[in-house]
Amino acid sequence: MDEGLKNELQKQGVFTTTLEGIYNWGRQNSVWPLQFGLACCAIEMIATSMARFDLARFGAEVFRPSPRQADLMIVAGTVTKKMAPQVVRLYNQMPEPKYVIAMGACAISGGPFKQGYNVLKGIDRYIPVDVHIPGCPPRPEALLHAFMTLQQKIASQPLTGDHRPRHLHAELPSEFPVPAFGAHDLEPPNNPSLWQAPALRRG
Amino acid sequence: METLDQIKLRIETAVPGAIVGILPNDSPSAQCSLWVSREHGRAVAELLRADANLKLDYCSNATGIDWPEAELTEKIKVKQVVDGVEKEVEEVKRTLRPGCLEVVYHLYSMEKKHGPVILRMRTGNRADQVHLPSLTPVWRSCEFQEREIYDLYGLVFDGHPDLRRILMWDGFQDFPMRKDYVGRDDYEYEPTPHDELLEKAKLHQAGEVKK
Repeated sequence: MDEGLKNELQKQGVFTTTLEGIYNWGRQNSVWPLQFGLACCAIEMIATSMARFDLARFGAEVFRPSPRQADLMIVAGTVTKKMAPQVVRLYNQMPEPKYVIAMGACAISGGPFKQGYNVLKGIDRYIPVDVHIPGCPPRPEALLHAFMTLQQKIASQPLTGDHRPRHLHAELPSEFPVPAFGAHDLEPPNNPSLWQAPALRRG
Repeated sequence: METLDQIKLRIETAVPGAIVGILPNDSPSAQCSLWVSREHGRAVAELLRADANLKLDYCSNATGIDWPEAELTEKIKVKQVVDGVEKEVEEVKRTLRPGCLEVVYHLYSMEKKHGPVILRMRTGNRADQVHLPSLTPVWRSCEFQEREIYDLYGLVFDGHPDLRRILMWDGFQDFPMRKDYVGRDDYEYEPTPHDELLEKAKLHQAGEVKK
């Protein structure tokens, strides 16, 4: 619809929108995060949901204790290799459409524990991450910003066409393989369809 | 509290056959520790707990140490006759230190309000003689800490009620806190590698680490 005509109609008290627009508007303002935290970032996540920062302003205050009722996973904290399969399993149990925010240095890359033997170097090796937040831990404002970024992402998702999101492609997976505990490391160490190690630069 | 020498003497009289040593500590705190032979570790622990003067009823910490085989060099001065003249010459004395695993317990007394007494035991080597008596039956607080030592060092505690891995998963086979532990080559490109990471990067680029 022509933008000028839309404005003209609005002045007359007639609001026009698209089905896609109102559908996404509803979705973006009612995101229910999964209530789980892994380390210190979870404290900031809790602070974000409390009165001072008030995540409820964005319609996301309903932290759900069950993955079946949640559509946003905030991976808040260090993902140890022992915990990684459980995180992937929780993600798999969430209904579509589902989104992931990787919160903090540990969740996006392993952070200060990156060179350790027991810490996963970023949850994006096993599940698709929509928004990464750097910080150790990120302040609640950073989580709010990430949340607003996610809302913009949801609002811009077309429901039809080639650029529709993954959950509207029937052939794309909604579940991802859960890594197994191997003798020396997780098997496989990452999901190759989601993440590939950066190419080695010599010199 | 009694001095370590007094405790050592008492252990030796009360537990026949126990070999007790005092390991010096050169740091300003001078917290020397008791070393006991592993065969008598349990009996010594029970004595330390029950003894009326010591009453060490609380184990605050148990931890492990890995001592790999190492060649120790020491400079000593030797008198030698060179061209008919006696001279003092410096010589490097090399000794081979056998490897072992060690466990350290920090013991306090809640009743007497003293401590710590530091108790150490060592295994025979790092490969097949890695058994030590568990002191969990004496101090319950050792349970998880001995499990952690077992998990990270591969030190087996005989008599532990529930010896399983505690931090890593059950199928994990390595002992990551051992000095010779080499993890899977999971090096990734870093823009400015330095120190240990630089070494890791070099090894990775040379392809010398197991994949």
